[in-house]
Amino acid sequence: MSVDVSIRKVLRSGDRHFELDVTFASNHRRIVLFGHSGAGKSQTLRAMAGLLTPDAGHVRVDGATLFDASAGVNLPPRERGVGYVFQDYALFPHLTVAQNIGFALEGGWLNPRRRARGERVRRWIDMFELGPVAESHPSRISGGQRQRVALARALVAEPRLVLLDEPFAALDPALRARMRSELCALQARLDLQMLVITHDPADVEALDGHTIELRDGRVVTTARL
Amino acid sequence: MDPLWVPLALTLKVALWATAINLVLGVAVAFGLSRWRSHMREVVDSVLTLPLVLPPTVLGYYLLVLLGRRGTFGAWLDRLGIELVFTWQGAVIASTLVAFPLVQKAARAAFEAVDPQLEDAARVLGLGRAATFFRVSLPLASRGITAGALLAFARAMGEFGATLMIAGNLPGRTQTLSVAIYAAVQAGDDRSAGVMVAVTSIVCVVALLLAGWLAPDHLRKTRP
Repeated sequence: MSVDVSIRKVLRSGDRHFELDVTFASNHRRIVLFGHSGAGKSQTLRAMAGLLTPDAGHVRVDGATLFDASAGVNLPPRERGVGYVFQDYALFPHLTVAQNIGFALEGGWLNPRRRARGERVRRWIDMFELGPVAESHPSRISGGQRQRVALARALVAEPRLVLLDEPFAALDPALRARMRSELCALQARLDLQMLVITHDPADVEALDGHTIELRDGRVVTTARL
Repeated sequence: MDPLWVPLALTLKVALWATAINLVLGVAVAFGLSRWRSHMREVVDSVLTLPLVLPPTVLGYYLLVLLGRRGTFGAWLDRLGIELVFTWQGAVIASTLVAFPLVQKAARAAFEAVDPQLEDAARVLGLGRAATFFRVSLPLASRGITAGALLAFARAMGEFGATLMIAGNLPGRTQTLSVAIYAAVQAGDDRSAGVMVAVTSIVCVVALLLAGWLAPDHLRKTRP
């Protein structure tokens, strides 16, 4: 049960130049990557999920090598067994809540049918109390519900690690506190291995995990708070 | 004999085929261009837009040179027993070429408006690139593509110059409405010309109204 990351990547956009050089390892079930925006948190997450290919280094989760530049290993995102909750959730606007949740369970070229709902999808809908909005589209539900849909969609395929990109940033402050404790409770109940990135010290405190601070693309402190 | 139905049916057949071909070809090219990171992209886009600005007779001439029996490609087709000049299939090729930029441009704009994060989300959720295209990119771009296809259909309905060059003016075989209108006016048959003009106008107006109704800004309520 461990996460072992060491990646280097030079990112260029126009004449801007950013060097990502992040190394950390942890066997904590809750890892928090903390840092200001532009510190390289999201790029680190993308590299772990396989959406960004580092120039060098490795990514290992629970002993499985997802990426290793020197060994020429680079699993595509779909083979990594990593769940990803995007900052503004990236729910599919053309699909209902139930279709979004069941998305990963359908491997072919067609989206899940509107009416057909498997046992696993029903279980997550019940667990997150999304029954009343299961047939709604994401634009019609509240921020808290959207976050739960995004979580359910990521968890339905039973990933070995869930990556969460600023999971509370899109919520209003009152809801934020509630969703923090909801996420912590869920993590404990399902014994999820999760890695959360945030710029908010209040998130760091609430999540109470192994905190790794990033600044300018590098790890500055790694502490178990 | 009702002379109106023959060219009308032929025109609809040609326009529908041209639209169908463009839906595959234009959408594929548009998706490729929208995801291609290269300085050559705009050059290719400009070349592909040429049919919109070149006189249709020029396009028809290019097609004749290319597909005629003595043309490079035409000689090869001839050996296979395929004849395109003076056939309705030739008219389909002319209409497809002229209407191509309308589908391609609309589809490219629609694909570029799809949030790349949604495609990332699909890939992290276990989809390959093809499945991501069919389940996320294409459905989200479908309104823009449909609007472009309707414009292309209307354009193909009214195609004249390139069609006349390559398919000619053979009543019942290659004489589409717009060519038949020209022939009727030349023959002094103003009554037939008037009826055909009215029918063409109505079909095109309906297609344009549908296209406007489906335009990207109009029904974007599905986006958060």
